[in-house]
Amino acid sequence: MFFFYTVVLPPVLLDSTVNVKHLFIVLIGCILKVQPPKPLAKDRKEWADLEPVPQDDGPNPVVKIAYSEKFSDVYDYFRALLKNDERSDRAFALTAEAIELNAANYTVWHYRRVLLQALSKDLREEMRYITAIIEEQPKNYQVWHHRRMVVEWLNDPSEELEFIADILSQDAKNYHAWQHRQWVIQEYKLWDNELKFVENLLEDDVRNNSAWNQRHFVISHTTGFSDPAIVEREIQYCLSQIRKAPHNESAWNYLKGMLQDRGLSSPPGLLERVLELKETHCSPYLLAFLFDCYEDALENSNQKENVGEEERKDILRKALEICDLLANEKDTIRKEYWLFLGRSLENKSGSRGPSDKPPEPSDPASGQQEMS
Amino acid sequence: MWQRDGGQLFKKNFFFSFCVKRAVLRCLFVHFLLHSSYQLFVINPSFLCFRPALLREQHYQYLKKGLRHLSDAYECLDASRPWLCFWILHSLELLEEPIPTAVASDVCQFLARCQSPTGGFAGGPGQHAHLAPTYAAVNALCIIGTEEAYNVINREKLLDFLWSVKQPDGSFVMHVGGEVDVRSAYCAASVASLTNILTPKLFEDTTNWILSCQNWEGGLSGVPGLEAHGGYTFCGTAALVILGKEHMLDLKALLRWVVSRQMRFEGGFQGRCNKLVDGCYSFWQAGLLPLLHRALFKEGESELSRQRWMFEQQALQEYILLCCQNPAGGLLDKPGKSRDFYHTCYCLSGLSIAQHFGNMDLHHEMILGKEENRLAPTHPVYNICPEKVSQALQHFHRLPVPYENNPRSSHPTGRPSVEMRAGV
Repeated sequence: MFFFYTVVLPPVLLDSTVNVKHLFIVLIGCILKVQPPKPLAKDRKEWADLEPVPQDDGPNPVVKIAYSEKFSDVYDYFRALLKNDERSDRAFALTAEAIELNAANYTVWHYRRVLLQALSKDLREEMRYITAIIEEQPKNYQVWHHRRMVVEWLNDPSEELEFIADILSQDAKNYHAWQHRQWVIQEYKLWDNELKFVENLLEDDVRNNSAWNQRHFVISHTTGFSDPAIVEREIQYCLSQIRKAPHNESAWNYLKGMLQDRGLSSPPGLLERVLELKETHCSPYLLAFLFDCYEDALENSNQKENVGEEERKDILRKALEICDLLANEKDTIRKEYWLFLGRSLENKSGSRGPSDKPPEPSDPASGQQEMS
Repeated sequence: MWQRDGGQLFKKNFFFSFCVKRAVLRCLFVHFLLHSSYQLFVINPSFLCFRPALLREQHYQYLKKGLRHLSDAYECLDASRPWLCFWILHSLELLEEPIPTAVASDVCQFLARCQSPTGGFAGGPGQHAHLAPTYAAVNALCIIGTEEAYNVINREKLLDFLWSVKQPDGSFVMHVGGEVDVRSAYCAASVASLTNILTPKLFEDTTNWILSCQNWEGGLSGVPGLEAHGGYTFCGTAALVILGKEHMLDLKALLRWVVSRQMRFEGGFQGRCNKLVDGCYSFWQAGLLPLLHRALFKEGESELSRQRWMFEQQALQEYILLCCQNPAGGLLDKPGKSRDFYHTCYCLSGLSIAQHFGNMDLHHEMILGKEENRLAPTHPVYNICPEKVSQALQHFHRLPVPYENNPRSSHPTGRPSVEMRAGV
């Protein structure tokens, strides 16, 4: 690169016959990291003393990869270093080359960590390195694990939240990024601004399920969901997001997920609020939530004596109506499931004996069947 | 159908509504014109008649070649070569294509070179052992199912390896000095049960750790606290089935979560709520339904269907056959993506799940399109054919559970759990 910028580039730029098109080509070249090719390790003086170790695939290999010359060269020398357990700067430098060729090689990453400690390498510099690698390959397990190790060794999470926010700005659902974020927050107790961060993400995309999950994560580890004021605040938040985007499954799942341990019928007036929404903001998720409310009411009515037999029958009827509606009209992809739920609820509530249950769709019980 | 609530969901669903469903056939045709897969329609009139064909011959050639040679595009999988063996061998067994004896022997010898002297299998010769290629290698060897294959596995060292990655909280790291997530528990439970090296002590606290991965959504996450995800949910659930503890999950919540992952327009499954469909989830997600069916049955659920899984089997088959096949062979995530062996394996595995209901005692098939589309059934816990599971269990259960060279373990009782017998 040095050669390129000091010898090749200046004459190009100074040449008056150079026009915009040429500069554009140079710019693209820089972006694509066009570099004079680095010589292979086997042709470099500094490796002359080491005998490379070719891969032992055996006489009749399977799943044999047609490695490039560069790849074989680097890994032949890596294998040699590994065999000798060499702990040197050249070994450290080679791990970077090996990683560039295959960032998923966990053996190389492990070796790099051994060298980082054995050679007392500058961990701040390693942070800069791993930052760049993750930016290039954010969906790789090894790079994130490596970063976590370095942060642990430095015992310094100060860059993490901002770095992860940057990765999430490129892919707001990157699972590794969220995993790293949750680890940092929990390990170093960095809860303070996370709810705000989540709300900003939900402003950007109210359907970001990862953000909804993070919301649950933050609240369950801070205030918890026992406080009725918190629950009411969250219900309000959900319902307002649902009004803006009625077919957002995440908001409905969050509402249910938050309430299910305590019972969906426990927050006062919730059923009524949902029934109101049904008129103008109906969705299969709303109907499923209603079903869940009715099912919950039936289960709790077993304990309560003020729920009469008539009322129970009415709740059961409404619940089964919703099952039918979902199975046959509003959520037909889940027909088998809704039919099962209906049968199961009926059976549990004992309103129809097992011998009365409606027959299954008529198909022969065994044997092949071609579908037209 | 086209609720105008604005935003990304509308756009994304609109795009993928092109993919499948009789009602939008015209849109489907337009969509395919935009992608190379339009060739499927031009070349193959069976698609226009909506009797889609599984391109058996093309997939077979793709797999046959890949088992021997892979281009340099596969350098990124140089630390996952046992996976390549498993993906390809399993795809071939689903297609009921025999593995020539010589090839099978070569695979055995290669995997032997991937085995680490300290136990477990690595991503390639000379690399460190890792639970993922260990899972893949053991599965591949069980698919081959010869004495030579079974004898490759050093069971004593494998047990040492499992102990070396076991954590005090019940979880497992994927490799020494590596990361923890629920995949590791599945990989460990799978190999330990198949090779009969499983002891209760080895999985002490693992059940509780896996259970802590079930979240507010009803599915399971990679580690406690994260979003529910199809791949991790499968791993956690299947691991618990192996350990005989699946009843400790909130099965109803899990069932609701997984059935909700089937996309009403595309017919395939998404990995997480509000994300896009992907062919590989045809196995990770749909494969949960057989596991849950059995779990609920064991819990005394009387209203389970005796003919169908609780997902739309026809719609999934349509998605895979119409949207996930490369005309030159191999399967893929969604139209516009390139083929690879991972997607070939899991799309075919999902297709098999969608075609076959039941177990050895009760079996009902629903084959979309020609009878030739029929694949072999797959075992929903291990994802190799059920006969291969039985055969492996039979072989290894004649051998004693190895004595563990580990200060944390006690002398094993060597009593296999009831759950490890084959059959759903």
